[in-house]
Amino acid sequence: MIPELGHFALILALLVAVVQGVFPLWGTLSRNAAWQSLARPSALMQAALVALAFACLSSSFLSNDFSVVYVAQHSNTLLPKPYQLAAVWGGHEGSLLLWVLMLALWSAAVAVFSASLPLAMVARVLGVLGLVSIGFLSFILTTSNPFERLLPPAQEGRDLNPLLQDPGLVIHPPMLYMGYVGLSVTFAFAIAALLSGRLDAAWARWSRPWTVIAWTFLTFGIGLGSWWAYYELGWGGWWFWDPVENASLMPWLVATALIHSLMVTEKRGSFKAWTVLLAIGAFSLSLLGTFLVRSGVLTSVHAFASDPSRGVFILLFLAVVVGSSLTLFAWRAPQVTLGGSMGLLSRETFLLMNSVLLVVATGAVLLGTIYPLVIDALNLGKLSVGPPYFNLVFAPLMVPLLFIMIPGTVARWREAKLSELVVELRWVGCLALLVGSIAPLAFGTWSVGTALGWTLGAWVGLGTLWQVVQRLRKPGRIPASFWGMHLAHLGMAVLVVGVTGVKSFEVERDVRMGLGDEVTIAPYTFRLVDMKNVQGPNYRAVRAEVHVLRNGQPLEVLSPEKRNYFSTAMPMTEAAIDSGFMRDLYVSLGDRLEGERPEWSMRVYYKPFVPWLWGGVLLMVFGGVAAALDRRYRKTQVADELAEASAAARAG
Amino acid sequence: MKPRHRRFLLIAAGVAVLAVTTAFVLNAFQSNLVFFFSPTQIAQGEAPKGRVFRVGGMVKEGSVKRDQVLVEFVVTDTIHETPVRYSGLLPDLFKEGKGVVAQGKLDEQGLFVASEVLAKHDENYMPPEAQHALDKAAAAKAAQTVKP
Repeated sequence: MIPELGHFALILALLVAVVQGVFPLWGTLSRNAAWQSLARPSALMQAALVALAFACLSSSFLSNDFSVVYVAQHSNTLLPKPYQLAAVWGGHEGSLLLWVLMLALWSAAVAVFSASLPLAMVARVLGVLGLVSIGFLSFILTTSNPFERLLPPAQEGRDLNPLLQDPGLVIHPPMLYMGYVGLSVTFAFAIAALLSGRLDAAWARWSRPWTVIAWTFLTFGIGLGSWWAYYELGWGGWWFWDPVENASLMPWLVATALIHSLMVTEKRGSFKAWTVLLAIGAFSLSLLGTFLVRSGVLTSVHAFASDPSRGVFILLFLAVVVGSSLTLFAWRAPQVTLGGSMGLLSRETFLLMNSVLLVVATGAVLLGTIYPLVIDALNLGKLSVGPPYFNLVFAPLMVPLLFIMIPGTVARWREAKLSELVVELRWVGCLALLVGSIAPLAFGTWSVGTALGWTLGAWVGLGTLWQVVQRLRKPGRIPASFWGMHLAHLGMAVLVVGVTGVKSFEVERDVRMGLGDEVTIAPYTFRLVDMKNVQGPNYRAVRAEVHVLRNGQPLEVLSPEKRNYFSTAMPMTEAAIDSGFMRDLYVSLGDRLEGERPEWSMRVYYKPFVPWLWGGVLLMVFGGVAAALDRRYRKTQVADELAEASAAARAG
Repeated sequence: MKPRHRRFLLIAAGVAVLAVTTAFVLNAFQSNLVFFFSPTQIAQGEAPKGRVFRVGGMVKEGSVKRDQVLVEFVVTDTIHETPVRYSGLLPDLFKEGKGVVAQGKLDEQGLFVASEVLAKHDENYMPPEAQHALDKAAAAKAAQTVKP
């Protein structure tokens, strides 16, 4: 009964989405205020219905209802409760439902927090979101219904992929989706502005907080994914340039460019057409990401059952979205006025360079990601583009980008003087150069790459701190967006220092170890002390006990495991990690090797600066939160409320 | 400088930067394409010497030999076989009789020295490249039996 209720709620949600997508937009064309005002209630209604459907699916999971195909495929009675809930988005159908839920929640949020917007604008934004929702809801209902029944019911479920049974994976998809889908709000704002012909500072101001929030979720989601890959896959890698990772990185790069470009549009009225294009691009790339991940053209943990009709549907949807929005853009953009003039050297110039570099980086990643797919689709052979390509291309593009981060934040709008910039930043520059070129010596080998990476990291970090100190000396209230920007930039600096550090100084040993054997990566010694069989709720495991010594002194006991889940024949590696401020010690257990003496293959890794990666991502997330909370974005709303209150007081 | 000149300068600089990066990107791209070859193609000498490529198929039953962390196994597409040597830990799902994709170079003796054996995430999953190699071999076999 409950699955049918959920299915029915989804169908109703589609009907409501049609109302939300058609009437308000039609109302803005025919200037019918009543139709326009349908936007808010229908968005809220749709959110309630989708939430109901999601709750129904969750309850089927929690009650182990294996008469539902999707539940039978992704859950198991032995699966711990939190993972049963996470299993809701552990497969294709459920993760699409999660996507739609996010979209509905974002739409509801726009409906609730848009008191300061004109009604016509709300109608357009929610109308566009309704259209997107129609696409996804009909996708779910026609090709990927999570409520499909299985007759006769299965006795036991197939269990969730063991790789996904992990706290990091419980929150990774919702966070990433919040980001992906959040970009649809920015997209809706851009389309609404194109439709109304009002591409102005007000529009930029409205979309900024939404874009920043989406970006923040996206950043957090990508960070979580990377963290999960690092400790769960047992290889100690944190970024593989896997097409699925690229699918999330591309929208992030464009969204980053968009945040900066929106700032110029708001403050100076320039870059309007460019900003709109970036908004369209960011959302299209998140749709492309969905297509790549969900259609089965890619092979990874994210690619579930591949079904060609699904891929075709998303590809068509993508074509409609990109095609119609670019057509609209081509039709409306010529009417967009150019903003204020800008000097050859000004903050605008730096922000333009930021946009160009990020977009070029996105293009390079896109090329490497889809070229093999295109070649394969055209039957021209099978090939792949390896990580060396991405590293080779991405790093040189990041060098100028990191360099301009500091002058870009210091330079004046309109017209800046090179001499002033040089004078202002000379000490920061010298210090960064000094730190960057000396610090590698403290870790052993000096190389140009390490020195360059750390100099840039120090440049961004010190430059940011210096600006914060300068600002603190001045009187006056510091807006939250100031902290937001500098926290995010500081996060970038920490991330760059971390990435450079790991890449330069990591030590990886793949060894054969028997009981009592030792491996030394100075100053740490790893000793295999014991090997036990242990029993988990739905798996059996072999657990090693590895004592870690630092200069001969006991430091830590690590317990890597090799698990065998009952439901699948698939073994799983659980790495054991000891994290410090400056380094991770990483041990993972391989296979038992043949031979008279019991021995196992093991990975013993020394990973310096890995915690810095997560720290950098977290700082960026905090920065995003701070920027989105800036009072400025709420000011108009507060002013309106005050006006209303005083009007009410007068009337009363 | 007039605003028109400035704009021109900006655009010229932008185009120059774009051109340089495009050239650079395409060059890096060209030299990092990793092609895929099946054991049959390797046996027919189609695979390049001294360049990294991928080979895929099934791990031949009984072919896996371990010595310390050095592993040797044979990849087969049921018609031809390619011996592979790999030093390091194998992914969890590496098994005899299952699909595998390895990346590396051919040495002088025709031994494939792998730098990477690809990890896969699902027990039932067959790497599409390996599947492709098996399908092609099966098709070739079928064609041979039809011929008198």
